Amino acid sequence: MNDTSRGRARWRAPTPARAGPRARAIAATLALALGCSLPMAAARAADGFQPPPESAMPGGQFGRVVRQGEEIFRHTGRAAPRYVGNALRCSNCHIDGGRLAGAAPLWAAWVAFPAYRGKTRTVNTFAERLQGCFRYSMNGKAPPLGSKVLVALEAYSAWLATNAPTRAHLAGRGYPRLPKPAAAPDDARGAAVFRQHCALCHGADGAGQQAGGRVVFPPLWGPHSFNWGAGMGSVATAAAFVKANMPLGAGGSLTDQQAWDVAQFVDSQERPQDPRFTGSVQETRAKYHDSPYSMYGRSVNGHVLGSPPGH
Amino acid sequence: MTSAAAWRAAIVCAVLAIGGTGGAARAAPDGAAIALHGAGGTPACATCHGAQGQGNPAIGAPRLAGDGATYLRWQLNDFASGHRVNPIMQPIARSLSPAERAAVAAFFAGLPALTPRPAKPGANPLGARLAARGRWALGLPGCTQCHGPGGIGVGASFPHLAGLTAPYIAAQLNAFRQHQRPAGPLGLMGRVAGKLSPADIAAVSAYFAAAGGSADGGSAR
Repeated sequence: MNDTSRGRARWRAPTPARAGPRARAIAATLALALGCSLPMAAARAADGFQPPPESAMPGGQFGRVVRQGEEIFRHTGRAAPRYVGNALRCSNCHIDGGRLAGAAPLWAAWVAFPAYRGKTRTVNTFAERLQGCFRYSMNGKAPPLGSKVLVALEAYSAWLATNAPTRAHLAGRGYPRLPKPAAAPDDARGAAVFRQHCALCHGADGAGQQAGGRVVFPPLWGPHSFNWGAGMGSVATAAAFVKANMPLGAGGSLTDQQAWDVAQFVDSQERPQDPRFTGSVQETRAKYHDSPYSMYGRSVNGHVLGSPPGH
Repeated sequence: MTSAAAWRAAIVCAVLAIGGTGGAARAAPDGAAIALHGAGGTPACATCHGAQGQGNPAIGAPRLAGDGATYLRWQLNDFASGHRVNPIMQPIARSLSPAERAAVAAFFAGLPALTPRPAKPGANPLGARLAARGRWALGLPGCTQCHGPGGIGVGASFPHLAGLTAPYIAAQLNAFRQHQRPAGPLGLMGRVAGKLSPADIAAVSAYFAAAGGSADGGSAR
C-alpha cells in the first residue's frame, strides 16, 4: 500500500479494452469535468505533486496518529478544543483536508520548513508554524511543542508529503499569487461582491451558518473568526484564497478585481484583537502590521480597526 | 399506503391542480390554510406532502418540513415559471400568487425539521465519501459541506437531503444535469451535478436516503 503514483497516473483515462465499470465511471466523470466550465481545479490537480490517496493511509501506531492528525485538521474545535478559540477549523482555509493544490496544502508546507519567516523574524520549524495557526487563525492557544495535537498534525502532514522532495517549492503551495488589481481594492465595491457571491453561505453579517450544532459555513469576521494576527488578515492573502477557492466548488469564477475588492471588504471588518497587542493600536500596527495589505489600525467608516467599539 | 392508493392520490393531486383557478388578488394569504385546505381550486399541499410536511415517498412527494423558506419559495416560483420542470407542481404553483407561494413556503419552513441519523459509511463507501468530502481533484465539494451534517439542510437556502428517497435525489441531480431545474444560487448545483457520474449519483442518492432520521422536531430551524 505505497501508492504514491501521483495524480497524473491515477486520473489517466483507462484504455477501453481494460476498463471495468468503475474505471469507466471515473473516465466519464473526468470527461465531464474537462468539458465543464471549471477546468481549473482539474487542471491544477493533474499537475505536480499529488499526496497519497486515503486508501494508502498506513496502519499501525504511525497510521493511528496520522488519522488523529487528520481528525484534528478537519474538526479542529471538537478534536483539539483546548487550543481553539473560535468557530473555525483548519480545513476551512486548507481545503480538502490540506490536500488541495492552491489551497495552502500541507504537503507543500511540510517540505518548506524549517524556514526563515518575516512574521517572526526567525527560523521556524513546521511545528512552530502550526503553533502560529492556533494562536492567530484559530484565535486560540499554541499547543506545546511535542504535544499530542502538534505531533498528530505533523504526522498527518508528513504522510501527505510522502515522496515529495524536501526544501523544494512545490507547485500548488499556498494560494496562487494574484496580480495587482487594475483599480485599488475598494471595500464598498467589495460589499456588493460579498452580497452577491458570499452572503448566501457566510450570511449578510459574515457570521457564517450552523446546522445541527455544527458550524457549516465559517464566520469571516466578528468574535468567532480569525484574529487580527492571522495570515488571512492580509488583503493580498485573502484575495488569493478567494480567487482560487471561493465560492466553494466554484473557484476561479470571480474576476481578479472582485477577489481583491471582496477581500478588502472582509478584512475591513472588526475581529478579535491581535494577541501581540502592545496596548496601543498604532504601535501594534507599526510593529506587526506595517503593510499596505493590513487594515489593522486604519480608519474605516469612522472606526479604527483593532480598537474597541466607538474609537 | 398501497401503491394503487398512492397513484390515486397523485392523480387526484394532478386533476385538482389542473382545475385550479388563478390565485391572483387574494389578500393576506394564509400559508397554513393553503397548505392544509387548499385555496380556490388549488389543492391542499398536504394531500401529497402530508399535514406535517413529512412527504410521501410512495408517490415521490418530498418532505418539505423544516426546509428554508427561501429555498421553498424559489422552488414554487421555478415550478410556476417552468424553469423547474414538473407536470404536477407547475399548475399548482401557477395557481398561487407570488405572495401565496411565499406564505406556503414560510408555513412549511416553520414545521419541525428532521433529526438526522447518520448512515453507516461502510455500507456505501462511495456515497459516504462524496457526501463528506466530495472529489476535490475535480473541484467537487462534499454534499454536507453545504447541506449540513448528515444532510439536514442549512439556513434559508440549503435544503435537507437526509431521508429523501433515492429516486427523488437521483431525479433532481439528473434534472440539474439536463437543465430541467435551475442550477441554484450561484449556479452551484449545476456545477456539482455536472461533475457526478451515473454511478456517483446512484451512490449519493442511496447514501442520503439511508440517512433518514426521526421527525421528533428536535432540530427545528
